[in-house]
Amino acid sequence: MFILKWLAAFGRYLQLMGRVLSLPERWRMFMRQYVREMGSLGVDSIGIVLLISFFIGAVICIQIKLNIQSPWMPTFTTGYTTREIMLLEFSSSIMCLILAGKVGSNIASEIGTMRVTQQIDALEIMGVNSASFLILPKVVGMMTIIPFLVVFSIVAGFVGAYATAIAGIITPEDLTVGLLHDFNSWYVWTSIIKSIFFAFIISSVASFYGYFVEGGSFDVGKASTNAVVSSSMLILFSDIFLTNLLA
Amino acid sequence: MIEVQHLYKSFDDRDILKDINMVFRDGQTNLIIGQSGSGKTVLMKNIVGLFTPSKGKILYDGRDFVAMGKKERVMLRREMGMIFQSAALFDSMSVLENVMFPLDMFSDMNQEDRVKRARFCLERVNLKGAEEKMPGEISGGMQKRVAIARAIALNPKYLFCDEPNSGLDPKTSLVIDELISSITHEYGMTTIINTHDMNSVLGIGESILFICDGHKEWEGSKDEIMASTNEKLNSFIFASDLLRKVKEEQTLSNSPLKGEN
Repeated sequence: MFILKWLAAFGRYLQLMGRVLSLPERWRMFMRQYVREMGSLGVDSIGIVLLISFFIGAVICIQIKLNIQSPWMPTFTTGYTTREIMLLEFSSSIMCLILAGKVGSNIASEIGTMRVTQQIDALEIMGVNSASFLILPKVVGMMTIIPFLVVFSIVAGFVGAYATAIAGIITPEDLTVGLLHDFNSWYVWTSIIKSIFFAFIISSVASFYGYFVEGGSFDVGKASTNAVVSSSMLILFSDIFLTNLLA
Repeated sequence: MIEVQHLYKSFDDRDILKDINMVFRDGQTNLIIGQSGSGKTVLMKNIVGLFTPSKGKILYDGRDFVAMGKKERVMLRREMGMIFQSAALFDSMSVLENVMFPLDMFSDMNQEDRVKRARFCLERVNLKGAEEKMPGEISGGMQKRVAIARAIALNPKYLFCDEPNSGLDPKTSLVIDELISSITHEYGMTTIINTHDMNSVLGIGESILFICDGHKEWEGSKDEIMASTNEKLNSFIFASDLLRKVKEEQTLSNSPLKGEN
């Protein structure tokens, strides 16, 4: 029963994506929406990305220094480990999990509210492909802006790690040596490629839940929660495959 | 003109609409009335294509909407305007942007002409000066008028109104009714209004379709409705004491009965 329900939902998702991934009817309107979505989904998330990344960078540095670093380890271990965690997992996967909460719920509730207040019906009556008009700019906007968020997150994490040096937990020299030790730029690309996949998952899954809301405000809230839970699960599952694929 | 022929609609083996036949003529206000749950919203949703009929035909000036391909449907929909119960304005856009939306999407006018047309439509519904306001900043009556302005922006041939007076006070309802009626006559549109507001029925009901339990129970005009002897129609229309007294007074004054169906 559960599998049948899941398959039916997946079928509806694919059908919706079929409607979404079509050429915009008016490029002028698409570009307007696209820029707006990059602003509301991406630029408005910069603050939370910087804040969380800064503190996580600092905390990772402290934890490694206090709990893992020992006298028989090289002094660059803390900086090196902090860099690897930030590059390989935090700035792509964990940051996208955080964005699934913020952006996913925002998308699901916005589209869900448009559904229950008949705004989507109004678009359909006008002859507008409502799925493409509403969802495509969100998906493309999110996929465009996410690499910038990843880079901001990496930089903010490193700044957070340096902040611990100011507090005297680690010397800036040791941290710098660690951050630069055996640096592989492919890890940055890995992070960006993964995040683009996750951006697609967050925006499309949240839009799917919002688009098919039936009922009222209670159902919009439920759709919003389901969107966050489902996109988080999908991010975690796909992370395993992507990490294996890109390693 | 919109013709509905032998229209049926079922949901999970439950028949909601049963053999509806009706002609909605252009240049007049066509009302669909009936109790809540009688099927009038389902009928309207079938006519505008939000639902697909289980059986039957819907002809827009002879063009079969049900049998049409996707592309033709989209083109036909551009000849439609609709006013929803909740106004359904795009709340991320200002009043002017809402009215400009269909023009932005489907017209080849330049920006200046689109703004000019949108302002003209807003003036037509007496909303000059509200252009920059957001939908959340204006009253329910004003929202409905913005919805009317948006619906007529592309000069539609067919106008649909789903309970346009819902949630409005009687005076504002009258304004909206008069506006819809005058626009219908001015532009010669085929207007279909879904309502259970008796003031609308007796005020602008040039052609009325009464639906009961999913089938057509009665058809006539506002003048004929007062003289009707149809029990179901009378129990619906004259449910309020005030209207019942009006009917009794009219019967006592022995007004001639005409056009009974």
